[in-house]
Amino acid sequence: MAATLPPPRLLPSGDSAITVEFSRNIDDAANRRVLALDRALAAQPIAGVTETVPTYRSLLVHYDPVQIGFDKLGGRILALAQLPVPATTKARRWRIPVVYGGEHGIDLEDVAKTLNTTPEEIVARHVAGDYRVAMIGFTPGWSYLSGLADSLHMPRRQNPRLLTPAGTISIGGVQTGVQCLAGPSGWHLLGRTAVRTYQLHRDPIFLLEPGDNVTFTPVDAKTFAEQDRAAEAGEFIAEQIAS
Amino acid sequence: MNKLVIISIGPASSVQDGGRPGAQRYGLVPSGAMDRLALAAANTLVGNAPFTAAVEVGPFGAKFTTRGAAVRVALTGAPRNADIAGRAVAPDTSATLADGETLTLGFARGGAFSYLAIEGGIAGEPMFGSLAVNARAGLGSPYPRPLQAGDELPAKAASGAAERRIELPAATDAPIRIVWGPQDDEFTDETKKLFVDSEWKISATSDRMGYRLEGPTLKHLHGHNIVSDGTVNGSLQVPGNGQPIVLMPDRGTSGGYPKIATVISADLGRLTQIPAGHAFRFRAVSMAEAQAEARKFAELLRTLPDRLRAIESVDLNIDALHDANVAGHAVSAVDAGTWHAVSMADIAGPD
Repeated sequence: MAATLPPPRLLPSGDSAITVEFSRNIDDAANRRVLALDRALAAQPIAGVTETVPTYRSLLVHYDPVQIGFDKLGGRILALAQLPVPATTKARRWRIPVVYGGEHGIDLEDVAKTLNTTPEEIVARHVAGDYRVAMIGFTPGWSYLSGLADSLHMPRRQNPRLLTPAGTISIGGVQTGVQCLAGPSGWHLLGRTAVRTYQLHRDPIFLLEPGDNVTFTPVDAKTFAEQDRAAEAGEFIAEQIAS
Repeated sequence: MNKLVIISIGPASSVQDGGRPGAQRYGLVPSGAMDRLALAAANTLVGNAPFTAAVEVGPFGAKFTTRGAAVRVALTGAPRNADIAGRAVAPDTSATLADGETLTLGFARGGAFSYLAIEGGIAGEPMFGSLAVNARAGLGSPYPRPLQAGDELPAKAASGAAERRIELPAATDAPIRIVWGPQDDEFTDETKKLFVDSEWKISATSDRMGYRLEGPTLKHLHGHNIVSDGTVNGSLQVPGNGQPIVLMPDRGTSGGYPKIATVISADLGRLTQIPAGHAFRFRAVSMAEAQAEARKFAELLRTLPDRLRAIESVDLNIDALHDANVAGHAVSAVDAGTWHAVSMADIAGPD
């Protein structure tokens, strides 16, 4: 019999959602429990639960209070959260091509300077990483990845940019991310990918799932331009590879 | 195809329905109507399912005309002057535009959003089961953006059904109810007391993503950054400046500011209709009370058809109301004492 797991905190998010909090911090073990609870709720649906939203450290469970109340749902979630977390899961693995630096990654030089190394070394460290989609949030397809090397951790920018390009690959704090739509960001921009994690009129519309594994592979600007055209036409560009 | 054509319309007006829940795990927020009760009432008036797509009209005026056939509509939400070719349209009633007639809507007089439902709904291509506009995500139909002059909404020809009014619960300016959490432990008891003991005003820089509140500064216990977690409609997040923001249907699906409390779902539509600059208060309630109110609200939505009334009996009142409006008095058909003549005309533009 496995040792009892510490129970998550059940935090009310109004009358129609519960934040199931496993940690206050970015914590790999907590994220694995979040994703395990998310899968458990999908495998054993609870009547009244309408939608779940995994994040780094918590699972937001939306529900219909006409069908089930806070206390009853909370009890059932706590029971599911006690199920053992699978050591390995059959998560998908994606290889995502990135054009690093230059006009596509305008912060690469500054990141290298701040970390007392060369842009080439920053790219090498980023490409060497084995990442997991910890959560997708903020705007459609914005995928937050865990697994960034300690040697790439650095604080976010003092002044967030109001507009950063679609497909931006960036780092911020202990995280790296794949941003789909153009939008504001306070992270450091290392490069861009042609991969659309969100694209209407494509099947599937959302490419990545929370829990998927991701690695990056460098491409040159010419390849990026070709891939960008193909992606616009609906190609995935990201390759699914054997785990 | 018959059409309702937009001659003119202000910013912050868009096609909205019940929204598209189900993809928040991918960062896609549901969007949907700001005031769900008003949307459902408008649709009920013209015989549509409650969360059928309708035109959410922002605080400014608008003009519509029909092309091809008569079109039957209903108007609910923020009170405003309205007429079809000079015939007054009372709040919370249906009315029919003959082919080529023009419906003119004035500024919202108290409140922010009105709903113009069209009998038979709006023909469009649903994405994730919804026509609701979410401009950032490129979603919404017939137009994936706020409405503008010249836009055409395909509509069915009017059925000729008798016009109706709908009797909604009396408006109230009772405090907006909240439940604490999910991160109220990021604030001291004194700060929580300050939050519920103070008057708040809605800032002019508010929109469908969030309503900024102005009032006393709420101090954080451990700084204003938390590890991002999920948000809901009504989340009261407190950024670094200590002035809370109520997250609305076009919010980000996750956020990194502590959320001191959450507006109960039954009161959220009422909050969306509080005019900028108008003072209001919050009141903390238990989860049991919040969920009892949610069930009552669901029952109200379910029984809206029982609240339909024949319109003949109020003809005189409509005329009287219109005369008063023309004379420049801010009069509400709901409760003249409740709504305030503060305009939301200055709230932020399109999303």
